[in-house]
Amino acid sequence: MFRIVEARTAGLNIRQYTIAAPRIARKQRPGQFVILRVKENGERIPLTIKSADPAAGTITIVVQTVGKTTSLLNCLETGDAILDVVGPLGRPSEIKKYGTAAIVAGSVGTAMALPTARALMDADNHVIFIEGARSREMVIFEDEVRAASHEAYILTDDGSYGEHGLVTKKLEEILTAGRKLDFVLAVGPVPMMRAVARVTAPLGIKTMVSLNSIMVDGTGMCGGCRVLLGNQSKFACVDGPEFDASLVNFDVLMQRNAMYRGQECQSLKAFDQHRAEELAQHRAAVATKEKETAQLRAKLEKQGLEAQGETHHV
Amino acid sequence: MSDANPLPAKERIRIPRVHMPELNAEVRAHNFAEVNQGLAASAAVTEATRCIACARPGCQLDCPVGVKIKDIVALIYAGDFLAAAAKMREDNALPAITGRVCPQESQCEGGCVLGKKGEPVAIGNLERFIADFELQSGQLGLPAIAPPTGKSVAIVGSGPAGLSAAGDLVQKGHRVRVFEALHELGGVLVYGIPEFRLPKAIVKQEVDNLRRMGVEFETNVVVGRSVTLDELMRVEGYDAVFVATGAGLPVFLNVPGEHLNGVYSANEFLTRTNLMRAYKFPEFDEPIYDCRDRDVIVVGGGNTAMDAVRTARRLGAKTATLVYRRSEAEMPARAEEVKHAREEGIEFRMLTNPIEFLGDEKGWLTGARCVRMELGEPDASGRRRPVPVAGSEYVLPSNVAIIGVGTTANPLIQSTTPDLATNKWNYIVADPESLRTSKRGVFAGGDIVTGGATVILAMGAGRKAAKAMHDYLTTEGWDEAHRD
Repeated sequence: MFRIVEARTAGLNIRQYTIAAPRIARKQRPGQFVILRVKENGERIPLTIKSADPAAGTITIVVQTVGKTTSLLNCLETGDAILDVVGPLGRPSEIKKYGTAAIVAGSVGTAMALPTARALMDADNHVIFIEGARSREMVIFEDEVRAASHEAYILTDDGSYGEHGLVTKKLEEILTAGRKLDFVLAVGPVPMMRAVARVTAPLGIKTMVSLNSIMVDGTGMCGGCRVLLGNQSKFACVDGPEFDASLVNFDVLMQRNAMYRGQECQSLKAFDQHRAEELAQHRAAVATKEKETAQLRAKLEKQGLEAQGETHHV
Repeated sequence: MSDANPLPAKERIRIPRVHMPELNAEVRAHNFAEVNQGLAASAAVTEATRCIACARPGCQLDCPVGVKIKDIVALIYAGDFLAAAAKMREDNALPAITGRVCPQESQCEGGCVLGKKGEPVAIGNLERFIADFELQSGQLGLPAIAPPTGKSVAIVGSGPAGLSAAGDLVQKGHRVRVFEALHELGGVLVYGIPEFRLPKAIVKQEVDNLRRMGVEFETNVVVGRSVTLDELMRVEGYDAVFVATGAGLPVFLNVPGEHLNGVYSANEFLTRTNLMRAYKFPEFDEPIYDCRDRDVIVVGGGNTAMDAVRTARRLGAKTATLVYRRSEAEMPARAEEVKHAREEGIEFRMLTNPIEFLGDEKGWLTGARCVRMELGEPDASGRRRPVPVAGSEYVLPSNVAIIGVGTTANPLIQSTTPDLATNKWNYIVADPESLRTSKRGVFAGGDIVTGGATVILAMGAGRKAAKAMHDYLTTEGWDEAHRD
């Protein structure tokens, strides 16, 4: 089990969790993600790691409420636990000195792009960070965005904060001003990533996008996360999640991400009706499991064996 | 062991083979309950009576783990089921599992002399009987554990190879820790093989038995990502590692339309259903495409394809059709699975190969364009090569297509362990006898070395690895022993 050592609200329907996960904290690199399963009957979902603290043995993830699992997750507080967290998964972002690098992030994608932005700064790039959000309440981590870039621009779709407009508007502005971009990373909703690719790819600017396809195991075993790059099939979990935007077939990605829309709505509706019970059930299950682990540990110690079960993270 | 059976051999072989009671096909095609119901004690004794106790038992020649079948059958005949089970555990750490999933017809039962004129002794059913009897009795004949050696072993993967090696190594007194990438232990036994063939409770019991013997388990660790082989040895202090990560990435057909919604790899379809219990949606959260009243095709002829097509049937498919490019004779699936599938109303479309998947404007699968095949000259596998029949294309309507044509090596460990030699298909190279890899202290076995095979072959590799690792841990000789 994986303990939540700090839970806080980052924006409207967006929560940040710092979780004790020493193995993952030791190995995490920018761009990598975890797969988690909150409870016994739960599904497995991928979430990008925002930061890791190897000394403290913790990782930080950011969750936007979308479906049932993220809704349940976003009810959790400091001291609660998540049953399973595995990672770090995927290939890290390719960090090198490109020159001028633009990070274009939409909504919760901002959290995912932060570690890469920081690493690009450390690699002597001039980093421009463009954060877009629907409205003021969804602008997240502004201070961190500014700290992880040389230039930061915040835009909202409705103009309620920062500049009014979409991230591509700012990107086009920068390019129209005659500035040269050597590298672009876009992280966010698929239509946003596609729009960025349409601006930068024709100009021959190396553009990467971080793809959020549906995954189960995250180790390459199931192939559910396959994406179409040109006419080649790639697995987002082991070959990605970052891919060359000029090759990505975004239509196929959107179509595949919609595969379980019906069931997702059904689950969410049911959850909304039984939110309190589900949360209470999860907490009770965690408490039971902890008791069992403690008993097992005591028994093993009595036998003089090293006390390590599969729940050693507790 | 002497032959205590007073019946003359001529009489014994006249006794008909005892048949395994099965759930009614009509009923079971709509649920996930186990198909085979297990033998009653009296039936098991009757079946054991049929064994003529050959001086040179053919049944034992082809068992990958070397089970002493003749002695065990004699103990069953004598009614000493617990002794039979204990004898079984000397060579086979997971008898309740192998009794259910081994391809007996090409191993033990294939070597039984009774099979030459009639039906072989039902060794698989007997094995399952004694394993279940023992589990239910609560009087587990767990083997004795040697005093601690002070050595520790990491096993990567909790599938049949890993579990089998863990059982043997812990008996020798080594500290054993098994790392599993998924959240549940058992590898292919829990994500791949369906509940109706191998109930998950059985796997859990066998894992618990290993735990009782002192094996430690850690889930949610992807070796190669969460920790490297070098870190396991240098930082975490393991003296040896056994890599048993199993079959890897699913192979697709590489035909147009494979990205349509409704096209699955068998691995994904089975993982959603088995590991994630999607057949219990919405009680369980993981969704699977609703097969009810839809046409499902499964491409392939092995056990995985067979598991997928029978799963689709149970998920409510209107039609569940197995599409295979060779003929039934070449199908690698177990004979019993083929029989059960037929009884459950699975359609077999042999000598057929999909060449394109067709979809609607929203990207949902509507059909598979197939071509008929005929068998030509034998290929590298010795089977006659299927060749397309010109002009025979037609469209097979389907809403779900599941591809179960094999796997390729998972690269996660190899890519983070530069001194681990691999072959041109990226499988790990290991000595066939000692299972040593090119890296000191690292052994590998099962599907990650051989490519996709069977549970029992993986278990055989696990036993072999355990023996070789024990030799290495007690002699510290790597180069010396390597020359043997």
